[in-house]
Amino acid sequence: MARKDDIWVYSGKLKEHFMNPKNVLTDEKGYEYDGKGIVGNIKCGDQMLMLIKVDKKKNIIIDCKWKTYGCASAIASTSILSEMVKGMMLDKAYHLSPKEIAKELGGLPEHKIHCSVLGDKALRAAIDDYYARNGMEYKIKKEKASIVCQCMNVTDQEIEHAVLEGAKTIYELQERTKLGTVCGQCKPQAEKLLKEYMAKHFSS
Amino acid sequence: MRRKRIYMDHNATTPLHPEVKKVMEKTMSVFGNPSSLHAFGRSARRLVEEARKNVASFIGAEADEIIFTGSGSEANNTVLSILTCSSRECSLKRGNRSDVITSQIEHPCILETSKCLEERGVNVHFLAADCLGKVNIEELKGTISEKTGIVSIMMANNEIGTIQGIREIADIAHHYGALCHTDAVQAVGKIPVDVNELKVDFLTLSGHKIYGPKGIGALYVRKGTPFCPLIRGGHQEMGRRAGTENTLGIVGLGKAVQMRAKEMGKEEKRLRKFKEFLKKEIEEKIPDVRFNGHPSESLASTLNVSFDGAEGETILLYLDLKGIAVSTGSACASGSLDPSHVLLATGMPAERAHGSIRISLGRENSMEEIEYTAEVLPQVIKKIRQMSTAYAKEK
Repeated sequence: MARKDDIWVYSGKLKEHFMNPKNVLTDEKGYEYDGKGIVGNIKCGDQMLMLIKVDKKKNIIIDCKWKTYGCASAIASTSILSEMVKGMMLDKAYHLSPKEIAKELGGLPEHKIHCSVLGDKALRAAIDDYYARNGMEYKIKKEKASIVCQCMNVTDQEIEHAVLEGAKTIYELQERTKLGTVCGQCKPQAEKLLKEYMAKHFSS
Repeated sequence: MRRKRIYMDHNATTPLHPEVKKVMEKTMSVFGNPSSLHAFGRSARRLVEEARKNVASFIGAEADEIIFTGSGSEANNTVLSILTCSSRECSLKRGNRSDVITSQIEHPCILETSKCLEERGVNVHFLAADCLGKVNIEELKGTISEKTGIVSIMMANNEIGTIQGIREIADIAHHYGALCHTDAVQAVGKIPVDVNELKVDFLTLSGHKIYGPKGIGALYVRKGTPFCPLIRGGHQEMGRRAGTENTLGIVGLGKAVQMRAKEMGKEEKRLRKFKEFLKKEIEEKIPDVRFNGHPSESLASTLNVSFDGAEGETILLYLDLKGIAVSTGSACASGSLDPSHVLLATGMPAERAHGSIRISLGRENSMEEIEYTAEVLPQVIKKIRQMSTAYAKEK
């Protein structure tokens, strides 16, 4: 990962996509789409809308438009994602990871990785919407959350989210989620998940 | 056209005043330890004590009431640590008086330290603020008791610039026999600060917010006030703060307050005019904006504003690309997605707090820079709103 803490030098692709975002949705009413996904919440600081057009015979995304409320990394990563998916098979697009998006941008600092998470989520939501509209519900993968900490009701998804937000140690994880602060039984599993998510999102 | 970069983030830090720089350059060769008895030491000691006098007189204090510290944060930590000192010799054994009253809009160095005290069993109360950022005095009156050891309220807020009535707060604290501290880091050098008018027992100030160097702060401790050092192991600062004096920083701070005394009056008027102009321009050119903080009882240099549907960090970075440096009300850039605790404490909903920026002006800003900012800002907001999911009005 290049320049871990200095994306604000505006180098390369990130700068380009931040300054001149591609495929921004300007004609919200007039744009005909095949799938629509909206994720996030402005209360939490970011929200993203993604619309896709699909070649139904080839199962290929032929166009993509978006809008976002969020920080510079969110804007740049959504912009580059919208370029990446054009011409991409639905199956492949469905499994794009934040890491791949960050890589395409030339790297994001660790504390900004979470900004790129929303993009791939919005894209998946749009593809799910497309599947639902076209009788292919069986292809929709429900992200099932399972509870790790029974006492505080903390799920694996919440742990993953906390890791993306910057938790690097079990202590930081507990600060954010309060997991394992009652009986402590879940700590070994939480530590294992922490390692997994760290590897998934931050190892190069 | 490549223009000069415009710095409008003076509440974060300030550039060195040219006069401060000059004096510091001269002092760089003074290396003696001020505690040494020989000539090298004595010449350093003389500079340190001269600076102490300058700092003291700037806030209406006596020289021996000033302790130099490594930062404003250290000074604040020192004050709060006094209450929980459990050493037997501590002069501060004040019976049951260990409760702390502070506010929800303090700087993190007060908030975090207070939370840490809480974990160590101290009773801490965080006063609420109203929508203009004024700390709730009635709540203070209702909370304070014979158990309150210290009331610590910041004089001027770093994010929204609201100025508190410290004198009134000190009177209430003293009425109940508690001590009063004010973190005046953002106030000193911008508005008149006199410890005897404010009647505070402790006051914190910092060098780098007033065109002095970084790494130097000062704590005023009123004569006769119980005290206990945070950093031990040396007789420096009359045994109140161990560690060899930062001669260079101290000299810089001494000069900085001298220059402030000369310049701050005129500058206040100039910056107030700039702020009002900028406010008017923003109001006229950009729909759906709100100004945060108190309309009159606030720092002339600080303008905090929220834009519906535009995220603060994005505004900051587009402005940066245009050569204008401001800051966000939110801590997003520092790794957290949480919006500003100050704005939230004023009752602002999170989505609006996310869309806030702080413009803090200073002595080198010119009218031309203000006009340029007033011209660029509407373009930036428009651009962001066009791609925002949270702004649909502008069509």
